Amino acid sequence: MPAIQSKIDVAGAAFARNRAHMLALIGELRALEARAADKSAQAKPLFERRGQLLPRERVARLLDIGAPWLELSSIAGYGLDTPELAKSVPGGGMIAGIGYLSGVRCMVVASDSGIDAGAIQHMGREKLLRAQELALKNKLPFIHLVESAGANLLRYRVEGFIHGGAIFHNLAKLSAAGVPVVTVVHGSSTAGGAYMPGLSDYVIMVRGRAKAFLAGPPLLKAATGEIATDEELGGAVMHTHVSGLGEYLAEDDADGIRFAREVIARLNWGTAGAPNGKPPRYGADELLGIMPPEHRTPVDMREVIARFADDSDFLDFKPDYGPATVCGHASVQGFAVGIVTNNGPLDPDGATKATHFIQSCCQAGLPILYLQNTTGYIVGRASEEAGMIKHGSKMIQAVSNANVPQITVMCGASFGAGNYGMCGRAYNPRFLFSWPNAQTAVMGAEQAALTMANVMEATARRKGEEPDAAQIDALKTKIVGNFESQSSAFVTSARLLDDGIIDPRDTRNVLGYALSICREADARTLRPVQFGVARP
Amino acid sequence: MKSLLIANRGEIARRIMRTARRMGLRTVAVYSDTDRAALHVREADTAVRIGGSAPRESYLNIAAIIAAAKHTGAEAVHPGYGFLAENAEFAQAVIDAGLLWIGPPPAVIRQMADKAEAKRIARDAGVPVIPGYDGEEQDDASFHEAAGRIGYPLMIKAAYGGGGRGMRLVRDEGSLQPALDAARSEAEHAFGDGRLLLERALSGARHIEMQVFADQYGNTIHLGERDCSVQRRHQKLIEESPSPAVDDALRERMGAAAIALAKAVNYAGAGTVEFLLDADRNFYFMEMNTRLQVEHAVTEAITGFDLVEWQLRVAMGEHFTRQQSDIRLHGHAIEARLCAEDPAENFLPQAGRIVLWRPAEGVRTDHAVESGTEISPYYDSMIAKLIAHGATRDQARERLGHALDETVALGPSTNKSFLAAVLRDEDFASRGATTDFLSRFAFARAEPDATTLGIAATLLARNAEYGEWTSWSNNPARMMSVRLGEDDVALRCERGTYHARVRDEDIVTDSDARSVAAIESGAVHLARAGHSFSLENTTHAPPARRTSVATDGRLTAPMNGRVVAVNVTAGETVEAGKALVVLEAMKMEHALSVPQRARVQAVHVAPGAQVAPGHLLVELEPAT
Repeated sequence: MPAIQSKIDVAGAAFARNRAHMLALIGELRALEARAADKSAQAKPLFERRGQLLPRERVARLLDIGAPWLELSSIAGYGLDTPELAKSVPGGGMIAGIGYLSGVRCMVVASDSGIDAGAIQHMGREKLLRAQELALKNKLPFIHLVESAGANLLRYRVEGFIHGGAIFHNLAKLSAAGVPVVTVVHGSSTAGGAYMPGLSDYVIMVRGRAKAFLAGPPLLKAATGEIATDEELGGAVMHTHVSGLGEYLAEDDADGIRFAREVIARLNWGTAGAPNGKPPRYGADELLGIMPPEHRTPVDMREVIARFADDSDFLDFKPDYGPATVCGHASVQGFAVGIVTNNGPLDPDGATKATHFIQSCCQAGLPILYLQNTTGYIVGRASEEAGMIKHGSKMIQAVSNANVPQITVMCGASFGAGNYGMCGRAYNPRFLFSWPNAQTAVMGAEQAALTMANVMEATARRKGEEPDAAQIDALKTKIVGNFESQSSAFVTSARLLDDGIIDPRDTRNVLGYALSICREADARTLRPVQFGVARP
Repeated sequence: MKSLLIANRGEIARRIMRTARRMGLRTVAVYSDTDRAALHVREADTAVRIGGSAPRESYLNIAAIIAAAKHTGAEAVHPGYGFLAENAEFAQAVIDAGLLWIGPPPAVIRQMADKAEAKRIARDAGVPVIPGYDGEEQDDASFHEAAGRIGYPLMIKAAYGGGGRGMRLVRDEGSLQPALDAARSEAEHAFGDGRLLLERALSGARHIEMQVFADQYGNTIHLGERDCSVQRRHQKLIEESPSPAVDDALRERMGAAAIALAKAVNYAGAGTVEFLLDADRNFYFMEMNTRLQVEHAVTEAITGFDLVEWQLRVAMGEHFTRQQSDIRLHGHAIEARLCAEDPAENFLPQAGRIVLWRPAEGVRTDHAVESGTEISPYYDSMIAKLIAHGATRDQARERLGHALDETVALGPSTNKSFLAAVLRDEDFASRGATTDFLSRFAFARAEPDATTLGIAATLLARNAEYGEWTSWSNNPARMMSVRLGEDDVALRCERGTYHARVRDEDIVTDSDARSVAAIESGAVHLARAGHSFSLENTTHAPPARRTSVATDGRLTAPMNGRVVAVNVTAGETVEAGKALVVLEAMKMEHALSVPQRARVQAVHVAPGAQVAPGHLLVELEPAT
């Protein structure tokens, strides 16, 4: 059994420095998450007065005690609701994750109605769409706890309105594909939002709080002059007694959640068992000290694998051929995987080796794990002559068309086409998570600035002018600033370019959980219905 | 003799088997349907089913037990205590079947079973008896006349009684007749004989009993006394030896009296002579138990005797060679009876499954339970006897209290912490008890504190079977929600450490290792700091349903129909459930009401109106 022998000095200064850097970034992540939770919790007096549970309390009550919960995209929208980062409330006004209720693993999305009454934010909508996509791909029952004031008319954007339609499109697709959709209407779900219960297979409505109508009293009065109360137009009693939009009338939030659990318990959906597999030989805590703050220092990614793979066991594939690209077999919590990662730039040998390995994983039906730490495909005469373009293309073909679940973790650098070849977001990995130190860009900021400076100098000289050093320096600074402000994981995660930032110590559980979801999905036969389940 | 049938169940069956096995005897157990997998059955060399779960079908079924003995080739029968232990008919049947009876001769059993006759024999033997009435005349007038002579308070007892049944304390003449009626009826039901006797009730008396032992040749000794004054419903809970109220001189006098009685009836085997000892150190004969007592173990602890061994040896005809002067009492022993009962509810027996059982170390625990044992409503509620022995009374008392704390018995309510509280009571510690001790003893069951609730919630989370994923989240701030009874617990797990928030307290629950628990669907059972808690998991308990017709003070029509009656007017206050409006739909009349008292603000319909679902009928506001 080829267990990885760690060569890292965990008592050394470099380790301590790396660790401090990583812990600071994790602290930043947790502070941002806490900011959203605290903001939402400020609504507690209001919610209590109305006899309601806060959104996070709803999710807590919904999920099985002691069961795992993989929260998704916790800092979605960070810096996008307001350019003032210190005032930004991340999360997109939405709580999303994969957890268990009544023993069944489900996708759970809840409006964070403690924030702006659950008004739909741009990135919140993207988060919801991604959750729907993950539910469909992974055949996870979709549970939606709705309470939303709808779109904020002060921030109306036509493209938001148009793209928002995909929410309902996806609900129809989920239902038709055979993935049940269960919605608890805890509060407002009006206008377009009314289609959320409308397109669900099971709807639970909370007495006195749920509201679903296409036009509320003010708009109705404005449109037709008719006067009606909220309850008459779209209360829980009306919908469960008259319109038939709701199946179950809940007395309060907790009761609505109880109904959702009851419905799921009766789907006979089954569940995947607990993980197994020997623990790694090295503690997860040591993952904090491996990645250097700057990506110039090379890292042997086997040190990372040794700290999340079962028994630190890794069968290196072609270790001496194209050694800068590391491929090999391992298992995580009992789930066998092929791993592709970078100990240096992708070169022609590395690209052909990775291609070979990806294809062999597809042949064996092995999920593939990409651990990105790449500065990109190598450049230079030798590699161009060796066919870097065609070998890199081959690798992209393999990644794009692999028919096994692919999961990507951004562990450090992700520059240039390396992001593509290593199954970046555009390559539709089933899940993609980032470590807080991850950096993503078309190229390194310094290289970009230097490239542009070189181009400017060459242009000036071609015109017979002396390059303006001050102007070039200013340009360089601007380029570096622009690149750096967009490369951090906090920026990419805010834009839903991953499924969330994770603490490196959670890597084993996150990967095991994701692999288990993929395995369960692959084993499940859905019963598609042509047009979804329609209401009477 | 090579094999012994034990005509009993539970801890006493096991205890007898233990000695029998040590003496090289083959053991035969009998069992009812309920007990088919019981410990005493599994441990016996042979076991025979003797009938249904009700005692009369099995453990009181003489024919079945004799047949079992014959069938298995058992040569002797030990009756234990209770059931048929003091049944002369059974003793005779055993003897008639050619089997060896472990107990006194049937004639002696019969004499002592008749309490009135027993008192006469005692009197004749010079043993003091309580003034009272034990006459043949059983009419009410005779009792009233006798009661007037004896004086109040007095005790009514069943002539063939035992175990406190048919027993009544009467404080004044006014309550005599109802007590007589009740006692008579109870005695008839319990013993098939409604005859009663009266005794003067001694206040501040102690229950002191002498253990006697006799061989078949008249050699009779006593093994000291047992003080069994801690009683509830006239049943013993705590027994000790020696008694804190008996000194050597008194012991000698009481022992002599007990021996005199035993000799008067030619007693053989183990027997117990019960006395009441009043505050002036006068003692009065109450009754003689012609069997092994539940509390025999305290005597064993201080004398070093194995009473069961000597019962068997005497029955086999052995001579008892020890003299009274050979008997030495070593230290002090106390026994507590752990019962499935609720001390806070007048000691009401509790049935149910023992979900977790773990006896304490360092004391003798006689029991027949294990985790999963059902406490059957058919039999006695006693789960175990704990017997502590120490050099002094205080040492024994402290050891027993500690052992009770350490004993884990989760599931139905038990008297475990009650017993510990009695042992630690100042009066009990300094002077011991009189028989009315418990009637004055105040006890409140411990309520779970925030830490207990936090631990229980954590146990529920830990119990989830998700391996490395148990309670894990990539967001360490995520809360898990548990409701236990009326308390909400918010639970967080960060890198394997649980943090609970309950009743505005923050608790790191891992720090408390001194808890033992079992989780059942719907409940967490938890032993902590000597107390047992059963906490109901109400996290997803359904709420009370409100009627579907009243929301927000609006009574609306639930369906299409015609109003046939309007029973209220504006301004009127109506009670919950009153029919406010009657609606006829599909040839059926539907009475519409509201679930709480309310004042009618406005009525929006009149009889004859046709209404659609949701049509506003009556507006109301809550009234107090």
